[in-house]
Amino acid sequence: MTPTTPLLEVRDLVKHFPVRRHPLAALRRAAPARVVHAVDGVTFEVAAGETLGLVGESGCGKTTTGRLVLRAIEPTRGHIVFEGEDITSLPAGRLLPFRRKAQIVFQDPYSSLNPRMTVGAMVAEPIRVHRIAAGAEVEARVRSLLDMVGLSAEYARRYPHELSGGQRQRVGIARALAAGPRLVVADEAVSALDVSVRAQILNLFVELRERLGLAYLFVSHDLGVIRFVSHRVAVMYLGRLAEVAPASALFKQPLHPYTQALLAAIPAVGDGSTSIFDNPARLLEGELPNPIDLPRGCRFASRCPHRMSQCEEVEPALREAAPGHAVACHLYTEGGTP
Amino acid sequence: MAHGAADPVLDVRGLTVEFSTEGGVLRAVDDVSFEIGRGEIVGLVGESGAGKSLTSEAILRLIRCPPGRVRGEVRFRGQNLLTLGERALADIRGKDIAMIFQNPGASLNPVFRVGEQMLEAMAVHVPERRAALRRRVLEILGRVGIPSPGTRARDYPHQFSGGMAQRVMIGMGISCMPSLLIADEPTTALDVTIQAQVLALIRRLARELGVAVLLVSHDLGIISQMCHRVLVMYAGRVVEQASVEAIFRAPAHPYTQGLIACLPRLEGTGKLGAIGGAMPGLAALPPGCRFHPRCPVSEPRCRVEAPPLGPLRPEHQVACHVARPS
Amino acid sequence: MARPLGADGRPFDPDGLTPEPAALGSRAALHRWWRRFARNRGAVFGLAVFLTMVAMAIFAPLISPYDPLAQGVGTPMASPNTAHWAGTDSFGRDILSRIIFGSRVALIVGIASVLLAMVVGVTLGLVSGYYGGLVDVVIMRIMDGLFAFPIIILAIAMMAVMGFGVRNVIIAVAVGFIAPFARVTRGDVLAVKEEPYIEAARLAGVSSLAIIFRHVLPNVLAPIIVQGALRVSGAIITESGLSFLGLGPPPPTPAWGRMIAEGQTFIVMAPHIATIPGIALMIAIVALNLLGDGLRDTLDPRMRR
Repeated sequence: MTPTTPLLEVRDLVKHFPVRRHPLAALRRAAPARVVHAVDGVTFEVAAGETLGLVGESGCGKTTTGRLVLRAIEPTRGHIVFEGEDITSLPAGRLLPFRRKAQIVFQDPYSSLNPRMTVGAMVAEPIRVHRIAAGAEVEARVRSLLDMVGLSAEYARRYPHELSGGQRQRVGIARALAAGPRLVVADEAVSALDVSVRAQILNLFVELRERLGLAYLFVSHDLGVIRFVSHRVAVMYLGRLAEVAPASALFKQPLHPYTQALLAAIPAVGDGSTSIFDNPARLLEGELPNPIDLPRGCRFASRCPHRMSQCEEVEPALREAAPGHAVACHLYTEGGTP
Repeated sequence: MAHGAADPVLDVRGLTVEFSTEGGVLRAVDDVSFEIGRGEIVGLVGESGAGKSLTSEAILRLIRCPPGRVRGEVRFRGQNLLTLGERALADIRGKDIAMIFQNPGASLNPVFRVGEQMLEAMAVHVPERRAALRRRVLEILGRVGIPSPGTRARDYPHQFSGGMAQRVMIGMGISCMPSLLIADEPTTALDVTIQAQVLALIRRLARELGVAVLLVSHDLGIISQMCHRVLVMYAGRVVEQASVEAIFRAPAHPYTQGLIACLPRLEGTGKLGAIGGAMPGLAALPPGCRFHPRCPVSEPRCRVEAPPLGPLRPEHQVACHVARPS
Repeated sequence: MARPLGADGRPFDPDGLTPEPAALGSRAALHRWWRRFARNRGAVFGLAVFLTMVAMAIFAPLISPYDPLAQGVGTPMASPNTAHWAGTDSFGRDILSRIIFGSRVALIVGIASVLLAMVVGVTLGLVSGYYGGLVDVVIMRIMDGLFAFPIIILAIAMMAVMGFGVRNVIIAVAVGFIAPFARVTRGDVLAVKEEPYIEAARLAGVSSLAIIFRHVLPNVLAPIIVQGALRVSGAIITESGLSFLGLGPPPPTPAWGRMIAEGQTFIVMAPHIATIPGIALMIAIVALNLLGDGLRDTLDPRMRR
């Protein structure tokens, strides 16, 4: 792997979930099987040490994408290339080296830890599984991992139910780091935490990244969190990428109408003198279309304030509109007014 | 618009909620007082465990007593809700005071059509003929932004998305023209864009219909954009109480300051100000000021004596020895 | 800044970096469990009786007043008196001694068969629940087949094939209990399988076998143990039934079921011969059921009240 090869490369990744049909419906006519288009052709890269924020509302496919990247669920189509190696169809037996280098931190601190295992045992498990150390050295490593996430070594003997939410999440992070991964997928890793604890854990994520040179695929619905932790941001809508850009560019100058609407809808902490909710004209109307029966053309067209006739016919491709800043929108493809 | 200039719609004084447990009596809400005037939106903000949801439930006597015990006064249009008889209370609940919760799905009966449920809810309080009530249901569904109300009224709750279901709940809430709406984390389970629609609707209700709103949330952003006045709660106590401008421009209590500093802003990055530790559980409250172990500016006095909630400036109360030495 | 003190006088740790001392450790947890268990008087009674039975079984030769097999130690069919507290049977054997020794059979068969059924059933349930698919279907259909038979019929059939002897009784009774264990285990495995910590283990590269035994099993153990405790009484009843029918451990080994059968003929003249073993059996079953219920209530707080 050369220095310029991205750590993770995802190409045209697709995941369709079959919809269970009523058994009688199958008898009625030979209609094509319906699927939920959870992830419908997603392409992006993550460089070593980089944090790519994956953001979108519920149903956009960001969580599924995170799972696909780790082969926690199998893709329907597409390619996942890690460290230059295509791991998309590697049989389960050969995935072990990959599992060591790519890890996950879950959203729910309460169910992501085994209630019957001690903290120390859980953090030690990846070390043993990947045979990184043995005997007394395992304990030493566990201690240093706990220390790295801000927990004293005495926690190793505790059980999860004795820990608070923030502490449990730290254990989850320590477990993810135990095997020395290069990529960590954070799946809404701070969403279930209280505000003040969330800030602590976010600071921890940043500190660990600097210290260990980790790359993150940070999945979240919270734009503030994404802004804080990401180098680059990818906005997803209904299974496809709407916009990908460096974080500062995305937030300063969002190009895609959906990104603009998303940013406008966030209740940022103001000084209380005005309210964004008193100005409904800037807020998005309508609801998400059905991910099973997708509309033709651009998926966002039904809610887009800048909708043009071709938007309902042709689906826009993700194209670079400015250096490093890609958008999937017809407004930017042939001199339309942005 | 003059909020609360006349008699307040809701006047809470010294509200206290206690629970008897194996380990003794725990005070989950400790001496909370505030008023809400007509058309005013008052926010109760705090993290989980602060007691804000219990406060709103106590107002409507939704807490089971025993093991709970509610003390204080809750005056709604002159009457003390805490001492009202069950029938009078049931009369008020749903008609004059509406409540919406975080999970709209849980409050809707899945086996009845939505229009029917709204109709039944209204029929209890509004003495009109069913045909007239049916018209009202459609009108309200339209008012809360549900497209094709005629068709949607015949749908079942599971056919509604989260945002739509929450709007149905709001619709049900306002159907009897309440004077007070209590919204407990109404948009936590909703997407940002849908949340914006729902909150804009609540804002409009307060502005156009003069509904008084008690908004409970952990999200400071929502609070700052929605409320006229704010109460910050910590471990069962109110630690700061002021207009929204005062709270966000010049927060006085270290906890409020810490909370605001914790939030990742959209403008810049840099390290997040975090508050170390976690909110103490009710069974392990520290002596003196409940916040002192996490407080960056605590003094020896804070360890010993709990600071009373008192005025720092007119209309700005804070409970802190450092902010308000007395 | 000096460390502030908490309400209990211990230093308050604002960052939660150091855990509170071992008041929360596993020994305290055992304490709590015992206290919860002890609140249920029936369960404590059950535990007491069970422990008494175990003591009886272990120390039978020491505490038994007579040799249980010796005939003619007293007048045959004598009602309970000072020399023979439970009277004598038609062969002049001391009934009390036979009851004491009979507890051995009951306990050995009861516990061993349940343990055997547990090991086989739980393993089948784990495999079936975790792997799913064809394996699950096949195993569960076989279990359904087993379920269809009343345990006693199954046991009779097996005894007919295998012949007599305590070991065969144990196996016969065990077979009848495999299916319930498999089913209970599978149900819980299906739920636990979906928990994020299982996915975390999988994504960390832990092998399926390790996941099943190190992650899944400990989390489904509690209801299995409760099932086990509750089934022991059923196993004892089954064994007694087999003994009653003459299929249990062959004479002259004392077995409560057979004692009842032998006493049937004399039920009018000397009711104590059948009744007293019956009472012993009843006490044992009731006690074991209470113990099982108590264990369930202690280990599974959701089912309380």
